[in-house]
Amino acid sequence: MSGYILEMNEISKSFTGVKALSNVNFKVRKGEIHCLIGENGAGKSTLMKVLSGVYPYGTYEGDIVFEESVQQFNKISDSVQTGIVIIYQELALFPDLTVYENIFVGNEVKRGNLVDWNQTIAEAKKMLKRVGLDVNPETLVKDLSVGKQQLVEIAKALSKDVKLLILDEPTAALNEDDSENLLKLLGELKKQGITSIMISHKLKEVISIADQATVLRDGKTICTLDASKGEISENMIIKNMVGRDIDDIYPKRPDKKIGETILELNDWSAYSTELGRHVLRDIDFHVKKGEIVGIAGLMGSGRTELALSVFGNPKNYKLEGHLKVLGVEKTFKHTSDAIKSGIAYVTEDRKGDGLFLIQDIKNNITAANLNEVADKGIINENEEVKRATEYKRSMYIKASSLEQTVGNLSGGNQQKVSLGKWLFVGPKILILDEPTRGIDVGAKFEIYTIMNQLISEGMSIIMISSELGEVLGMSDRVYVMAEGRMKGELPIEEANQENIMQLATQ
Amino acid sequence: MGFIKEARMLVKENIRDYGMYIALFVIMLTFSIMTDGLFMSSRNISNLLDSTGYIAVLAVGMTLVIVIRHIDLSVGFAAGFLGAIAAILLTKMGLPIYVTIPVILVLGIVIGLFNGLLIAKYAIPSFVATLAGMLIFRGALLQVTEKTGTIIIKDDAFNAIGNGFIPSLMIVNGLHLLSLILGLLSILLYIYSEISTRRNKIKYQFDVVSKGIFTFKLIFVSAIIAYVTWILAGYNGFSWTVVIMLLVVVAYHFLTTKTVLGRHIYAVGSNPEAAHLSGINVNKITYMVFGSMGMLAALSGILFTSRLQSATTTAGTLFELDAIAAAYVGGVSSAGGVGKVTGAIIGAIVMASLSSGMNLLGVGVSMQYMIRGGVLVAAVLFDVMTRKKRG
Repeated sequence: MSGYILEMNEISKSFTGVKALSNVNFKVRKGEIHCLIGENGAGKSTLMKVLSGVYPYGTYEGDIVFEESVQQFNKISDSVQTGIVIIYQELALFPDLTVYENIFVGNEVKRGNLVDWNQTIAEAKKMLKRVGLDVNPETLVKDLSVGKQQLVEIAKALSKDVKLLILDEPTAALNEDDSENLLKLLGELKKQGITSIMISHKLKEVISIADQATVLRDGKTICTLDASKGEISENMIIKNMVGRDIDDIYPKRPDKKIGETILELNDWSAYSTELGRHVLRDIDFHVKKGEIVGIAGLMGSGRTELALSVFGNPKNYKLEGHLKVLGVEKTFKHTSDAIKSGIAYVTEDRKGDGLFLIQDIKNNITAANLNEVADKGIINENEEVKRATEYKRSMYIKASSLEQTVGNLSGGNQQKVSLGKWLFVGPKILILDEPTRGIDVGAKFEIYTIMNQLISEGMSIIMISSELGEVLGMSDRVYVMAEGRMKGELPIEEANQENIMQLATQ
Repeated sequence: MGFIKEARMLVKENIRDYGMYIALFVIMLTFSIMTDGLFMSSRNISNLLDSTGYIAVLAVGMTLVIVIRHIDLSVGFAAGFLGAIAAILLTKMGLPIYVTIPVILVLGIVIGLFNGLLIAKYAIPSFVATLAGMLIFRGALLQVTEKTGTIIIKDDAFNAIGNGFIPSLMIVNGLHLLSLILGLLSILLYIYSEISTRRNKIKYQFDVVSKGIFTFKLIFVSAIIAYVTWILAGYNGFSWTVVIMLLVVVAYHFLTTKTVLGRHIYAVGSNPEAAHLSGINVNKITYMVFGSMGMLAALSGILFTSRLQSATTTAGTLFELDAIAAAYVGGVSSAGGVGKVTGAIIGAIVMASLSSGMNLLGVGVSMQYMIRGGVLVAAVLFDVMTRKKRG
């Protein structure tokens, strides 16, 4: 007996030439709580997708041994049948269905060919009791808090006779009480013999709950720490999580000419009516002329929300506090007001809300500032082509012509079009949200070079990034956010991966 | 590059744009052969264009509505209702035509803006909001015509809009002089604008098509304008309906291709979120597009009422669906952001040609509906296929 319920041996997985996982070994003992830790993009989610059959057998190398037999999952239902259930960060519930319908969806209690609703409700009550959730099973899921919805998900997993429960950042969206409840429940389930794998960024949780913790970095297993040997400590985890030097992929910085404060936020809070909670609280923040300010933090820490709240508030948050541009207090009613005040925002999701994918490069570059090439509302097309050509050249956009459809460009070139579009506006403050996500090293270098050039011309850049290397390599100052709050501000000389991570996981 | 090679490349690259023109050409040619040339006779073409007018102007507005990912089902009965109001203003209230027409157009804009308000501000799906509008205007049309039934209009000036022709000045060899002059003027205008565009491009040192292709295109398009002019001049000349239709197309074509507003409309259609983040006021664009749709519905109502010289209780029935069909045949995409005003007009003419040709051939109404349905599917299928190839 190996004592392992799950062994993933030498798992490798590539996406169009990029290795997401290389020879990962991951072993989970029966009846334990095993935490999986790593930076964004370290390969945690990919590994779990391999395990659950999202990436079917044959699309990866290595093998999965579950309860001592090799498994070949072709689809998610295969892994569920074996007793492996994954609960994602974005819950997979149907908000307009009741709790009992959600628990048994796809797994209906039947009598003959018909659903036996009475039996379903009775079974649902049992499951709810096991997860300690005291609600009427006929409640609609949308009327429950996020914490309770999470428990419904777990009840759903239990109804499928789960042996190995995988939770992807289960507490990311929960408040402290709910988080604590959830962790307690995992302890309960452990007593009932259910093994859990938990992906988490919150180191305190990991320390309090994990029997073992495996650290992934750059698609490789770095180490597995054992609590019984006293190996799981904040220092150990962080050291193994980041443990790499900034490669010289960052171009040399030009001489700094940092000037007056250009953008300032005081006591800045934002409440989202859609989510029913504050996404930002009591933020103090400023940017000076000619500097690059990095905003670090984990996903969901409120960085994008901060950018949007400043950039004309397109999500209609209820805002409080003061926003000053060059010392003058401003209220932006629309993104166009923010643009007029010299703010530009390059989105993290260039395909979703950044680019007009079916239009050509020219139309994308000029979209946010057409009046620049128009006279009394009539476009001077020749002037437009001329100006767009200049940006195509200075942004190093590689395309056969300006008429090429943006949807057909590579990620790196799309990002450069997106950047070009905002530089065409002539902003004073440029907010870059994950400027190099999903693009190759060469394009990254070009974007960094452009950034340096811009600040030497007197622009200010706010860079939101999940890549710590990039934050440390490019910024003059670093802010760290977590749970909608500013957790700290570090001058670049004092910032390192460890203290940033520490602030971000508070 | 050889002339043929370049021409072939241009056709290949722009097959989606040329597809409709080719389809129209094939349809016209087929009917001409099958009717021994009767189809292309002056009288038939003149009638065909006149009967297209009130759908064509709707199709222009509908194209923009579909480009911004919405739909407007209310325009048919809105046109019918506004036509009836026009009739009442002219006959019962005795208002002169130069007051009536602006009032009706403004009413149309108000109706469109109200639709826009429901859709943009209150986020009611356009299908539902305008379906409600369709029911409401149908009821309103019945209400205002309830007591009188059909309202006969005796205002000659008003009736001329749908039936009259521009004055001929003089008949030369059986051809109407003013129409000939207008045709000649548009050819000259076309050639002048093409040449000045080309000069400008050369000034900016941009690529232009070779001289051979350019000359060929000039001659080809001029020949078509000349031919259509000659046909129409041989009957009664240009009708007021055709003149109005052309004005609408030229204005909207200019608006959509040359102005900031036009570009913003297509930006909103291709990605509303990105448009918002680009500082474009998506709600404002929605208001404007629906406002313009309302105005064109009013114009359509005026054209139709004037053509019948009366307001009837069923005016406007199915106009909205004919307009939607014309827009789709004209190459608009329901995914948003794609579609041309010129396409909408061609689409409307294609559909009208089918009806007219089949009428000449004595095809029964039942068959006509089915064939037109088939053409609609084929047009959209062609669009989907060519897009897949490119993507």
